[in-house]
Amino acid sequence: MLFTIHDSQKMQLARVIGTVVSTVKNESLEGRKFLIVQTLNADLEPKGKPQVALDAVGAGVGELVFWCRGKEASFPFKRDSTPTDCTIIGIVDSDLHVFNGKRKAENGKL
Amino acid sequence: MIIARIIGTVVATQKDERLAGKKLLIAKPINLDGTDQSGYVVSVDTVGAGFRERVLIVAGSSARLAEGNKDCPVDSAIVGVIDSFEVDSQS
Repeated sequence: MLFTIHDSQKMQLARVIGTVVSTVKNESLEGRKFLIVQTLNADLEPKGKPQVALDAVGAGVGELVFWCRGKEASFPFKRDSTPTDCTIIGIVDSDLHVFNGKRKAENGKL
Repeated sequence: MIIARIIGTVVATQKDERLAGKKLLIAKPINLDGTDQSGYVVSVDTVGAGFRERVLIVAGSSARLAEGNKDCPVDSAIVGVIDSFEVDSQS
């Protein structure tokens, strides 16, 4: 059986492009950091609308990150149930660490 | 999560009993430059947001995880009032 993964089900790459300041927020979000992320495609080009993500790893503006959406987004903060549908769960070391067919061809060494 | 602006309220007397006492607001998603996006959402307010304020909205089953929304039939919740946001122009 052919099993396809839709875009919406993937962990995806994004660039952190900004921050959000919110003083009055739900109790369960206290102490958490909001970042604005621009989602990217496999070639690291912007794709889709920017979103607000909760930070679970200590990412900063300009960094390449991967994030997950949906209910799973609250799992990094397990036990204290955190209302988030978009969470940054990892920082990619650098743009060069993202490999796909095209990039491989461009950089013979990589 | 999305950024939205509160554009109205909803009054509903007959509703699921678990929604009793909850405030329902109409919010319009906005872009980072402040312009409106198409469409709107009806959200349950958990923070006491007001008319025309910019807010953070959580969608899907995560909305139920917000304090005060436990076991409620909710798929969109307002979880924060935005003071300001900043976008790095170089990114």
